[in-house]
Order: sequence, then C-alpha cells, then structure tokens
Amino acid sequence: MTDPDSDLLLQATGLTKTFGNFTAVDGIDFAVQRGESFGFLGPNGAGKSSTMKMVGCVSPVTGGVLRLFGQDPATHGPQIRARLGVVPQKDTLDEELTVQENLWIYGRYFGLSRSEVRSRATELLDFAQLEDRARSKVEPLSGGMKRRLTIARSLISRPEILLLDEPTAGLDPQARHALWDRLFRLKRNGVTLVLTTHYMDEAEQLCDRLVVMDHGKIVAQGSPRSLITEFSTREVLELRFDTDDHAHHGDAIAGIGERIEVLPDRLLVYAEDGDAAAAAVHLRGIQPMSSLVRRSTLEDVFLHLTGRTLVD
Amino acid sequence: MTSSASLQPAPPSPTRGLTSRIARVLPLPAGAGMARILVERNIISFRHGWVALVTGFAEPVFYLFSLGIGLGGLVKVVTTDGGQSVSYANFVAPALLAASAMNGAVFDSTFNVFFKLKFARLYDSVLATPMGPRDVAVGEISWSLMRGGLYAAAFLVVAYFAGAVHSWWALLALPAATFIGFAFSAIGMFATTFMRSWVDFDYVTLAIQPMFLFSATFFPLATYPGAVQWMVQATPLYHGVALERALMLGEVGPGLLVHVAYLAALGLLGLVGAARRIEKLLLS
Repeated sequence: MTDPDSDLLLQATGLTKTFGNFTAVDGIDFAVQRGESFGFLGPNGAGKSSTMKMVGCVSPVTGGVLRLFGQDPATHGPQIRARLGVVPQKDTLDEELTVQENLWIYGRYFGLSRSEVRSRATELLDFAQLEDRARSKVEPLSGGMKRRLTIARSLISRPEILLLDEPTAGLDPQARHALWDRLFRLKRNGVTLVLTTHYMDEAEQLCDRLVVMDHGKIVAQGSPRSLITEFSTREVLELRFDTDDHAHHGDAIAGIGERIEVLPDRLLVYAEDGDAAAAAVHLRGIQPMSSLVRRSTLEDVFLHLTGRTLVD
Repeated sequence: MTSSASLQPAPPSPTRGLTSRIARVLPLPAGAGMARILVERNIISFRHGWVALVTGFAEPVFYLFSLGIGLGGLVKVVTTDGGQSVSYANFVAPALLAASAMNGAVFDSTFNVFFKLKFARLYDSVLATPMGPRDVAVGEISWSLMRGGLYAAAFLVVAYFAGAVHSWWALLALPAATFIGFAFSAIGMFATTFMRSWVDFDYVTLAIQPMFLFSATFFPLATYPGAVQWMVQATPLYHGVALERALMLGEVGPGLLVHVAYLAALGLLGLVGAARRIEKLLLS
C-alpha cells in the first residue's frame, strides 16, 4: 500500500482545500500512474493551482487524503519534494544570477554536489537551447527562454514527477510549440507529467488523461478524445450574425444539429456533419455574416459541462 | 533492530551543527538542515554586486573620520559611563562599529529580504525543493551576519590604525559586532514579513534613526536626564554600543552579560518569528 516504488505515484481521495470560508478545492479524487501525462483543465479560479500546490507539498491539505510515492506530504514533505520538479505558473527564476548559476544553485537546494550540478546543467542548457546564454543574466531573456530555463531548472534533480502549472500561459505561438516539443521529449523519456492548463489545445496536445475542473470540483474525466466523444459531437458549426444580440437567431435555427449554444458573439451548432447543418441553415433562408465548420474540441466539452468558455 | 555500533551518526559539521542545535531547542518550523545552501546562493549573487560590499564598509569609516577626527578636534575628552577619560575618536569608534553592524544587518534583512520575498519570489522556488522555512530564515540571517562580520573586521583594522584600539579585549569586538548583527538581522527579517509595500519601510527608518543618534552613540548615557536614560537603555542598539565600547576600551565586567543576554533574546525571538511567518506566508 505504501510501497514508495509502486507505479501509482500520486493518489488523492476527497482532497479539499479551504481558505477561511472559501473552498478552493472541493473533495476531488484522482490518481496518476508512472509515465502518464495527466492534466487539470479548467478556467482561472477552478482550483487547479491550489491542487498543484498541495501536490507540490507547499500547501497543507485541509481535508481528504493525498499520497505521493505512497507518502503523506504532512509528514514527508522534504522527501517527496526531493522527487518532484516544479514549474510554477509565474517564473520564479533568480534574476540576480546568470542562467547557468540558476541551474547550479537549484541543484544545490536538492543537496547535489557542485560537480554533479555542473555536469547536469550542461546537459540541461542544451535541452533548453540556452547554451549561448549560459553566462547571461536572466532578466533580459525572452518569455519563452525564461520558461525553458524554468523547465530546465525543474529537471536538475531528475524528478520522477514534473508538475507544470500553466506551462505556456502568456507565450506566443512559436514559443508554445517549442515548449511543447521539449515536454514531449520528457514524456518519451518516461517522466510523469502533471499539468494544469486553461488552453484546450494544450490539454489535447499533452495529456493522455485529464480531469475538467470547475468551482473546485471535477466535472468530467477521461482522455481528450473520449471526453469529446462523450460530451460533444464530431463537428461544430459556428455562426456569426451582424447583430449585437445573438439570442433570437437561436430560435430561428432551432432543430438543426443535435444542440445549440448561444454565446454573446456567435452561435454554436453541434452536429455530426457540420456542412449538412450549414446547408440546413441556408435552406431556411438565414444569412449569417460568417459560418465556419470545425472539429469539436475540449472547449466545447467545457462549454457543455459548465455553460461557460474556458478563457474569459 | 540492527546493531547500531557501526551506524553511529557522523559528528555534525560545524555549519550544520549550530543550526540544528538551535533548531532543536526552538519552536522553529521544518527545514532540511540546508540553510548553508542559501548562504551559498547569496555569495554567488554578491559576486555580481561587489560594489555593495564597498559601500557597507565605507560608511562607518567615513563616520569615524568625520566625527572622530573632525568633531574630535573640538571635543577633546569624553568621560565614559565607566569613568575613563578618553579622546572623542576613541569614544565614538566602538559605537560606530555597533551602529554599522546594526545598519548592515537591518538593510540586508529588510530591503533585500523584502525584495526576495515579494518581488523576486526567491523563497517560493526555494521552498519547492527539500529546503524548508527554517532553512530560509537561518540561511538569510547567517548570511547577513557574515556580511556584517566582514564589515566589522575591516572597520576594526581602520580603527586600529587610527589609534582607537587600546585593549586586547578589542579582539572580541569582532564577534560582538557579528552578534549585534544577528540580533538586528533576525528582528529585521521578522518585521519584514509583516510589510505590505515599500511605504512600510518608513517605519524601519523611524526605528533606526533615533536609535542611531540617541543610543549613547555620540555622547555618554550620563548626559541624558534620568527618565530618558531608562528609555535609552531599553533600546537594543544601546546594548550593542555598550558592549562594543566596553570591549574596545577594556572596561570589561560581568555587566556585559546583560547586554549579551538582551541581544541573544532579541535574536532568537526574531529567528523563530521570521521562520514561522515565512511558513505562514508561503506555505498556506
């Protein structure tokens, strides 16, 4: 049950976190196996970061049971943290130090020898594509470089689980793809990834399995594909009209597709065949300003489960 | 149960021994006994900003020459609270040593720690590793008194050549200055954990400046009226100044233990308070 080498790395049962009267995490259950890539998807304020802090053993559990490597964070915090790599939501790089010094000292915090951190830092600078910036201060680096350095830093202790809180928030598309590529490599090398995101494309790209969180609760779980199959249709038709209020257009197209969502700026028609739905709209003589057929995404799953979009 | 004969714990290393011994006695939150790594981090950082080292050393030396030589030309002789008649330079030098130990420690443990705590978020990343809040508090305070010790040593050398050192007891002025640094650095770090913005640092100035001027620094305690003497004697810098002056002028007696006890109590209170507050702020 408490075998520290078991493949069940992370297990939470009824995990709860309250701050005064506010319940940030409301009795959630989840488990992560070695080698898995596991995600928490949800809007800001859903309780993802609070969960990650408890998992990272930097925030005490209010209620329920949390075990990492079979150990309790309340009694084995330092031992557990020694086996974790943490990529926080906001970069907490040491701006007074150079790039390579950041890696060295972080390894030292884990009790590694000076010679060990130097050799590992050389590998990680290569991994993070920052060899030319090794002696540069951190401050002038671009957002993408800082993020790669933060990930490299978290790997200096060769962690068994890598915790990533919103790993690509605020990065431009090119930097995001570069980062995803690095995370894929880690995943292939058997590192267990646990991440939070409010980007559905990120969850689709990176997660084998994920839970959707809202208001501190888990509202759905499964693989990205199975969630889409379960909670959405294969395709979505997006209609935009040249009016401020989209609600009354909803009545006009009622009956087309399986389900209709009215958003402030557009209408979503959920259908197995988006083009057929578009043709049906056209047959009724309705002229939208634009219409677009796309595949269903996790965003649609979330919208269906909560009635809200992820990024708002 | 296995035989423990061959598994005797290794004797604690000097740096680690003191930390863990203090930690066992005090109600401190968890740590991994790795405070020294935070000191190592500060040394690396300091290598990039060695100018700060020069200013920390220069300030008390400037005071020594301005007051000791300049003002000392006007005020020829001062009668100490111990009853000796000494030149003004000799009178003021130990006080400047104590005051610079205080200033260095307070500056480091307030401004620098506040920046690391609130803006650089340094301790957030440190606490994600096996290190704990105790390591942060012990590490920062140790660093601050190491720095203070370095300034004090340099000041003592200058004071020696300026003719302000008269007793072999002055050798103890260096550990004493480090000890003053410990008390102020610990209490300063504790206070910093309550600060919300840079505006709150006015309170630090409000506490430090009157102490610097009125802790029997520039004139003897006997100069003050009776009731004010009590107030002066209640301030921590007074005890630092009295300690340094007694050592550098060779007026040593058992009364010095009172000063030591006062500063020790202040330092330990600050250490425990700072570690607990960091735990509360960052591990909630």
